[in-house]
Amino acid sequence: MTGTIFVIQLLNALFYAAVLFLIAAGLSLIYGVMRIVNLAHGSLYALGAYVTAWAVGGAVGAAVAGTLGQIGLFLLLPIGAIAVGVLGAVIEPTLLRPLYRRSEEYHLLITFGLLMIIEDMLKLIFGGTPLTASNIMDGLGSISVGALPYPTYNLLVIAIGVAAAVGLWWFVYRTKFGVILRAISQDRRMAAALGINVGRVYVQAFAIGCFITGLGGAIVVPAQAAVLGMGVEWLIVAFVVVVIGGLGSLEGALVGALIVGIAHVAGIQFFAEIELAVLYLIATVVLMVRPTGLFGRA
Amino acid sequence: MANAALATTGPRTGPSTGRLATVAIIILLVLVALPRIVDPYQTVLVTYGLAMAIAALGFNLLLGYTGLLSFGHSAYFGAGAYTVAFITRDLAVQSMELCILGGLIGACVVAALFGFVCVRHTRIFFGILTLALSQVLWSLAFKFFWVTGGTDGIRVAYAKLTLLGGMINFAGPGSYQRFVFAYYYYVLAVFAIAAVVMWVIVHSPFGKALQAIRDNEVRAGFVGIPVRRYRWIAFIISGTFTGIAGVLWVPLNGLTTPDILYWPFSGELVFMTVLGGFRNFTGPIVGAVLFNYLKTYAVASSEYWQLLLGVVLVALVLVLPSGVVGTFARLGRRFARRQ
Repeated sequence: MTGTIFVIQLLNALFYAAVLFLIAAGLSLIYGVMRIVNLAHGSLYALGAYVTAWAVGGAVGAAVAGTLGQIGLFLLLPIGAIAVGVLGAVIEPTLLRPLYRRSEEYHLLITFGLLMIIEDMLKLIFGGTPLTASNIMDGLGSISVGALPYPTYNLLVIAIGVAAAVGLWWFVYRTKFGVILRAISQDRRMAAALGINVGRVYVQAFAIGCFITGLGGAIVVPAQAAVLGMGVEWLIVAFVVVVIGGLGSLEGALVGALIVGIAHVAGIQFFAEIELAVLYLIATVVLMVRPTGLFGRA
Repeated sequence: MANAALATTGPRTGPSTGRLATVAIIILLVLVALPRIVDPYQTVLVTYGLAMAIAALGFNLLLGYTGLLSFGHSAYFGAGAYTVAFITRDLAVQSMELCILGGLIGACVVAALFGFVCVRHTRIFFGILTLALSQVLWSLAFKFFWVTGGTDGIRVAYAKLTLLGGMINFAGPGSYQRFVFAYYYYVLAVFAIAAVVMWVIVHSPFGKALQAIRDNEVRAGFVGIPVRRYRWIAFIISGTFTGIAGVLWVPLNGLTTPDILYWPFSGELVFMTVLGGFRNFTGPIVGAVLFNYLKTYAVASSEYWQLLLGVVLVALVLVLPSGVVGTFARLGRRFARRQ
């Protein structure tokens, strides 16, 4: 029995880490390329969750039936991610571009303003009641781990997390666009001098970062309801992840997400009261010992 | 180049100290007369604004003068507020002066502890570190509900408090009106003292050293300024000021909840400072009072007040980065030049 619980808790940790990785990877990608710490990132994650929950759980979900309908719902799942990506492509040129020359304080401020706006827009558009897309999770049923049932959907989320990690790694380290991204991240001026259209790459990078985060929201919402305030909460945990792993590093986001995922689940199991405090303290200790995180560059 | 630009736009002494003192005294006189002119509700609003102004003044010692953006000042505000809540509940303290003393010590200890860790970093890492540490306090206040009341918070009844060592108490009928009236002057007095103290600090050699650190850390180190220790001291002073604001805020609000420790509250402190302008001494004061009005009316007029405030903040950053005071000062200088 102990073994079964251990496996289930491990799966829970991986589930949590998969979602966290998507958020933290988006945050890190945006910071790595354009040196902006996006405080509105958690709210973008929430937006992805809300859009998917609204589309899959509400509007369309009620209309479909049968196996074909289930497959259709799966195809609809990334709609939240696409919505967030499109929003990102609008935000970057209009709100962020005028600020690159200014100091970091203004980056934090404008994204904090964005956070306030998006949080209330969610309330305005989707209302105060939590939304879910649990019909997807119900449709998949559960498998048995030892003697206990475990939702199959959670395994799918873990698989998506792994796929996203591999896909991002391939994208950043094995494609031409990835080379351009890394070049800009190292030396923006030199990249521009070599004829790279930095402005366009910024829009694309920001949109991709938003898309990944929105995907995190989209895949979490069949398992957990989208509620107001979730963005603000997850942002801080994502911060803990990137601080541990190193801001701007994809490997760091992965390792950080795994550490935080395991610490989170272990914390709930063994020391529920100080679980959050322990997470923040881990981040603090890492920042003190290795300011740039485990995988960060100075 | 960037440093030179910073230096010329940094907080300035203004036209002359004499003229400034005159203006300050006029404003103070207006504030003293205020409760006799406006209704009690407005008096309460200004009281809130003045309390927050102390917090913003403290915050700006770090942002405007030392060049460190803290996103975790809710921790010191909350430390002050919760200390008052604890000592009035558990030690049955009634004197507001003792509350201030307690909150001052509480905030100072937390700021010294957190600051010691935070000043090892600058720029973005400083911001994230302050944020993470403030969230440690938040999660503790949130989870240890048998000590802190959790989300219900702790009640701090104004009626049980006494001002000026017991000379003024609020027992009996009509006490709320008397409290509003007396407490306004009390907060005004603390605010005036705090503003003068902060003025002296930023114009002292220590304050100048902080500005030197802000403009060029390496050079400041070369002329013999102990950079990290000075940053730490500035952090402690800043946190303590914010803590006093928390102390004064609690009896007004009547309740302290984990919300004031949550990081969006730190964001509000940043907001009000930038609203007024962090490159001026008076900016944070004006910003805090303005923000308080802005928030009150936004909350009263719409369920979506956060949206309104967010739009204001975005517009502010894009159009008026030097804040209200900074913009007026610039317009004033341009006008003066034309004359």
